[in-house]
Amino acid sequence: MIENRPVLAFLTHLVLIVGVVIVVFPVYLAFVASTHGSGDFMRGLVPLLPGPHLIENYSFMLNEGISSAGAPPLWIMLLNSLVMAISIAVGKIIISILSAYAIVFFRFPFRMVAFWIIFITLMLPVEVRIIPTFKVVADLGMLNSYPGLIIPLIASATATFLFRQFFLTVPDELMEAARVDGAGAMKFFRDILLPLSRTNIAALFVILFIYGWVQYLWPLLVTTDSRYYTIVMGIKRLAATADSEPQWNFVMAAVMLAMLPPVLVVIFMQRLFVKGLVETEK
Amino acid sequence: MLSNSAKLGTRKSQHNNKGVSMSKKVLCLSVGLTAMLAATPAFAQTEIAWWHAMDAQLGEKLQEIATGFNESQSEFKVIPTYKGTYPETLTAAIAAFRANEQPAIVQVFEVGTGTMMAAKGAVYPVYQLMADNGEPWDPSGFLAPVTGYYSDVDGNILSMPFNSSTPIMYYNKDLFEKAGLDRETPPKTWAELETMSRQIVESGAAPCGLSSAWITWIQTENLSAIHDQPFGTLDNGFGGLATEFTFNGPVQVKHWDNLKKWADEGLFQYGGPVGGADSAPKFYAQECAIFMNSSAGRAGVIANSKEFEVGFAPLPYYDDEITEPKNSIIGGATLWALNGKDPEVYKGVAQFFTYLSEPEIQAGWHQFTGYLPITNAAYELGQSQDYYAQNPGSDVAIQQITRGTPTANSKGVRFGNLTQARNVVDEEFEAMLAGSKTAQEALDSAVERGNQILRDFEAANQ
Amino acid sequence: MQAKRTTFPNKFLPYWLLVPQLAVTLIFFIWPAVQALKSSFEREDPFGFKTTFVWFENYRRLLIDPMYVGSLGKTAVFAFSVTALSMSLSLILAVAVNRVLRSNRAYTTLLVWPYAVAPVVVGILWWFMFNPTIGIAPYLLRGMGIDWNHRVDGNQAMIFVVMAASWKQISYNFLFFVAGLQSVPQSQIEAAAIDGAGPFKRFWTIVFPLLAPTTFFLLIVNINYAMFDTFGIIDATTQGGPAQATNILVYKVYTDGFLGLNIGSSSAQSVILMIIVIALTAIQFRYVERRIQY
Repeated sequence: MIENRPVLAFLTHLVLIVGVVIVVFPVYLAFVASTHGSGDFMRGLVPLLPGPHLIENYSFMLNEGISSAGAPPLWIMLLNSLVMAISIAVGKIIISILSAYAIVFFRFPFRMVAFWIIFITLMLPVEVRIIPTFKVVADLGMLNSYPGLIIPLIASATATFLFRQFFLTVPDELMEAARVDGAGAMKFFRDILLPLSRTNIAALFVILFIYGWVQYLWPLLVTTDSRYYTIVMGIKRLAATADSEPQWNFVMAAVMLAMLPPVLVVIFMQRLFVKGLVETEK
Repeated sequence: MLSNSAKLGTRKSQHNNKGVSMSKKVLCLSVGLTAMLAATPAFAQTEIAWWHAMDAQLGEKLQEIATGFNESQSEFKVIPTYKGTYPETLTAAIAAFRANEQPAIVQVFEVGTGTMMAAKGAVYPVYQLMADNGEPWDPSGFLAPVTGYYSDVDGNILSMPFNSSTPIMYYNKDLFEKAGLDRETPPKTWAELETMSRQIVESGAAPCGLSSAWITWIQTENLSAIHDQPFGTLDNGFGGLATEFTFNGPVQVKHWDNLKKWADEGLFQYGGPVGGADSAPKFYAQECAIFMNSSAGRAGVIANSKEFEVGFAPLPYYDDEITEPKNSIIGGATLWALNGKDPEVYKGVAQFFTYLSEPEIQAGWHQFTGYLPITNAAYELGQSQDYYAQNPGSDVAIQQITRGTPTANSKGVRFGNLTQARNVVDEEFEAMLAGSKTAQEALDSAVERGNQILRDFEAANQ
Repeated sequence: MQAKRTTFPNKFLPYWLLVPQLAVTLIFFIWPAVQALKSSFEREDPFGFKTTFVWFENYRRLLIDPMYVGSLGKTAVFAFSVTALSMSLSLILAVAVNRVLRSNRAYTTLLVWPYAVAPVVVGILWWFMFNPTIGIAPYLLRGMGIDWNHRVDGNQAMIFVVMAASWKQISYNFLFFVAGLQSVPQSQIEAAAIDGAGPFKRFWTIVFPLLAPTTFFLLIVNINYAMFDTFGIIDATTQGGPAQATNILVYKVYTDGFLGLNIGSSSAQSVILMIIVIALTAIQFRYVERRIQY
């Protein structure tokens, strides 16, 4: 803040508080649901205050809940989700940053073709290509395996696009200075570009981690071995009963539990891109 | 040999997922090793993959059945896998089939029957499977309306009945009493339902009389069956792919007209398309006194209706259209065997199906889940166990589905792309409720659009 | 399209850098996409036993169907509303968080965390909030005299799904705006302040232009999200209704392909959808990007 304008400061906080209320309210609702008895949520106006069953519901979920009906224990599902999320986030970041670097900092034939091939991956709905993709994965023998779960999801245009945007803002002077110093392309990449990209990498990691964490349809299709179930598959299973009402309190307890690791990631990664600790000068 | 037995040992311990202790794992491993060391050659169990859409407690019960079968013999092992909702499971099976990774058994909902039946190369019909493997197979032991739905024109049963349901009427006894009605007398006819709903609303007992899930299945398909009205040509589609819809007849129009009238008056509240997600809360919150849904929802309805007493009754009918209403038709799912596996696998599937048909297994599944008992023997077993006497209302569904003699109009429906056709019906119903069409126009439009869908299916499967 | 003026001279290095992404893209995306494209010219049964080449029949049927053409309009309204609502709200919040020094970490956590709600659950939560019987929103609206029933009123249904879909993206946009605001040099802002520019003027003349690359990125991503990733929310809330009021293109693809198993038609719909979005994106690259100074 440059000047001290109390009105503006108050307004800012007000905006933020209202924003938080709007954005967090549905999650709060999920939390409230997880603390009530089953059926409380269907009988009248949805309660807005937490109920008395918090310990009961959560300990049930942790001990037996999700792992009923042929699903593996909770910790295995959490582990699978963790492996998927981290691998996908790291994998996507690595291959995207390399591709973006190539496209922005070099001139070569088919440069634009490569960009558009990568970019098009954003634009075809997944349900349409899911059956043919499944066949490819099956033909490669990758069903029921971590590679099968992870690799098909790793080609992301979003990350490449983001890095491209960022790389275009890097001043030419930096590059020229590096060349004058005799640094090659990869040295420039390692020593100068990567540190500069830290903010974006951190933000992307959060998003991509969560993306990998919440995968449902693809793991469902590609695994028959319950050892590879992810946590969201477990949740969906509870929430999508065929002919009767789901038990919302347990579903929401599972939802809240599933959200804990991503929260940790958000908190941890924030340090890298929230003002106060990061140098804003380039 | 070594790898097979060791695999057997470790596989067993891995699938034991209710917190297997270390000693049990060691025991399994040593059993496996012992088997290997013994002189007699150890053979691997033939695995039978079973993909299903039963989750939560239903899935648990299903797992119990599979485990029971596995423990009753040592040659085969049925491995159930939850593959999502009914549509997700079917899509997964299709994707797997195209990649030659299909399961031996897949649970397909009744709406997918047309698709499965048309896929002759993919399906191994149950009657043939049982005959080929020398397993006993007595179609007459099954509940007629159930098997009728899944038979071909020659009466051969193509898929194994497993979890079938039929729609019934749930009503709030306390609200009835509050409105001055007799709590033990639910409406028998639609006329009575109208009067009773009006009394409930006008007396202030509740703001609404009726809500219903599945406008398509309950208020159109079942309506037609109960009143012996055709839903489509060629025996409701059983006769072939050239079938056409005919559900825009006078009885259906009258009923939709009534629903619109009642909606305008406030007696009926619409709960959304397909499964009507919004209608159940109306009943549990005591906003609507009467609720129509699948009989399989019985356990859930009771669990969610903690503050009032629930009554169960058959669906009402128009007594000026028919004096003796016919049976209702089924929903739910059946088990289909898919082609392309080794003969050894099908031997196991046949044995498993025999196991499933045993009265104790059937009765146990039906009583736990609320689905119908598939065999007459299971029904009789339940009667001898006094189950129905102790659980009032639990046999409403069976009685409704077995009353009268089924006609061509009440054996069920057999249409390809039924999901899409039902979506069309839902849309037209909503257009009618919004006031942009009359009931006749809505039904006519639904028939016209639906027929196009049928022609597409015919062309794709000719 | 914009490019750097100076580049490195390496001839083969760029190709090597691109190999991982291109390989995965070609095997797991382009090849299946080609299959889908092929399917759009065919009529086949779900199991793939019988496939007939039908030229443009699938496409023709779609384009003469008034319901499909209507869906185009609804999708446009939906995509535009979701993008505008979601981006503007998150920009306001990001700028606000940027001004606050002490508690900004707490605010940021709270605002980003809802992104971790699994998509399958988002729709369910909004269904709860707006359910005519048990939902808090209709209750409050009734208190204000508005009778909310999105099962019958098409406009209310559209408002409902726009809100739910936007909500999901606020955290995402917020995160990237916050990261983007980091690269706005403090020195420039201070200089402008010394020159007498107030906070709003500083924002529009300095911050916003510097934020343009991020904004452009988010614009493309948001439109993409609205056009492709929202079928889950529609499925959990309105199922495309009432009477097709919220039946956007991608939901139609989902119901026809995934639920209806009509592979030919849903492939054709996907191709049309893809062409629309590619065109939109190309337009944006051509006309919007040139105004951005990197």
